[in-house]
Amino acid sequence: MLKGRHIIESTDLSLEELESLFQLAERIVEAPQRFSDRGRGKILATLFYEPSTRTRFSFEAAMLRLGGQVIGFSEPGSSSAAKGESIGDTIRTVGCYADAAVMRHPKEGAPRLASKFSSIPVINAGDGGHQHPTQTLTDLLTIRRLKGDISNKTIGLCGDLMFGRTVHSLVNALAQYDNLHFVFISPPELTIPPYILEELGSNTYEQTNDLEAVMGKLDILYMTRIQRERFFNEEEYLRLKGYYILDAEKMELAKEDMIVMHPLPRVDEIAPEVDRDPRAVYFQQAKFGMYIRMALIMELLGLGGE
Amino acid sequence: MLNINGIKRGIVIDHIKPGLGFKIFRELKLDEVDYTTALIKNAPSDKLGTKDLIKIDNEIDLDLDVLGLIDPDLTICIIENEQVVKKIKLALPKAVTGILQCKNPRCITSVEPHVETTFLLVDAATKAYKCEYCNSRTSL
Ligand SMILES: [Zn+2]
Repeated sequence: MLKGRHIIESTDLSLEELESLFQLAERIVEAPQRFSDRGRGKILATLFYEPSTRTRFSFEAAMLRLGGQVIGFSEPGSSSAAKGESIGDTIRTVGCYADAAVMRHPKEGAPRLASKFSSIPVINAGDGGHQHPTQTLTDLLTIRRLKGDISNKTIGLCGDLMFGRTVHSLVNALAQYDNLHFVFISPPELTIPPYILEELGSNTYEQTNDLEAVMGKLDILYMTRIQRERFFNEEEYLRLKGYYILDAEKMELAKEDMIVMHPLPRVDEIAPEVDRDPRAVYFQQAKFGMYIRMALIMELLGLGGE
Repeated sequence: MLNINGIKRGIVIDHIKPGLGFKIFRELKLDEVDYTTALIKNAPSDKLGTKDLIKIDNEIDLDLDVLGLIDPDLTICIIENEQVVKKIKLALPKAVTGILQCKNPRCITSVEPHVETTFLLVDAATKAYKCEYCNSRTSL
C-alpha cells in the first residue's frame, strides 16, 4: 500500500496506513526471525549530512535484520556533498544503486527537495528542527504496544515544549486519535507554541510547570531533553536543564501502569535510578524504533506483509 | 462606466486598490513597452471610493498568480472592438512558485542553489502561505 511512497512528515500517513504499518510491526516484534529474509538483494542508502549515530544505527540495523544491505555516508565531509553537489544530483545518483534512501540533513525541507528528484522512496530521518517522522512512528508503536491502544489516554509531555520537534510531531500525530487529554509540562520560558494547541482536534489539554502535581493522573509521561544548541546563554541553559529531574521519589506519585518514554539521548532529566523501574520503557522504545523501521522499509519496498 | 474608447483589442485592469496600480504597472514592465498604455490613479469608484486602473492597448499574457499576489480583488477586462468581452476575477493562487522567498534561515531553499521555492496557501482570509519545504509561514 505504501510501495514507492516518500515519508517526509509525520502526517504523511493516514490513520488507516498507520494501522496497517503497526500491525506489520507487531508481527515483526513477535517473531523477528520470520522476516530475516524479506530484504534480501535490496540496498538501503543512508545519507547523513549531519551525524546522528543513534538514528543511523536504527535504520541500518533494521535493513540488516531484513537481510538487506546498506551503503551511505555518516557525515557530509566524507561525501560528494562536500564538493558542492546538489541534493537533486546526489539523490538521482543514489537512485541508480539503492532501492530506498534515508536522509538526515541540518536544513529544513532537504528530504522534501530530494523526494522531488528521486526515483526511489526517500525517508526523512530528521531535517533541522522540522520533522523526524520515524521517531514519531516509534513513539506511537511504543504506546500502542505497551498500553493496548492509542486513544483514551492522559498523556504528559515534559521539558522543552517550545523547540522540541519530537514533541511537536508526536502531538500532531496523536491529535488524529480520540479522547486524549494532553498535559503540557514545561518551564514558563519553554511552553508549547499556540499553533500546536490549535490543532488538537476534539482532544483536551492543560498546561502547567508543576510535574509533581500532575504525575498521579498520567497514563504516559513523555520526557524530553533541554537542548543546549537552542540557547544563546549558557547560564540560562544550565538553569532550565535542571528544571525537571524525574527520580524515584516522583515515580512514587505515578500510577502503577504509567509508562515513562524518552526519545534518547537523555542528559539529566531522568535519574539513572529510574531505569530499574519497570515503568521506564525508553530502552524498549529504542527497540520498537528498529522494528517500526523494518516494517516501514518492507512497506515502501513492497516486500510483502505475509 | 469605464471609458475604454481608443482600445480596440486589449486589456483593462480595473478595481485596483489605490496605490497598487504603479506596482502592477512596473511588475508587468509596461513602462518599457512601445504600445499605448495608461495608468490612472485615484479614479472615483462606487465600490472602493477610489481605485487605480491600467489600460493596455495590446493583447498580452498576464501572469495571474503575480497579479493575484499583489491585489487579489482586482478585475481584468478583456476588450475587443471597444467592448468588454470577458471579465476575469482573481483569487489568491493556491500555490506560488518562484516569486516569494522563504525567510527561514534554516530552510534548505536558503542554501541549495537552483531551487525554486513553492508556497502553498493555508489561509485566504489572512493571505497566509507556507513554504512547501520547511512549512514556515509568510503573510503577504
Ligand atoms: Zn522554507
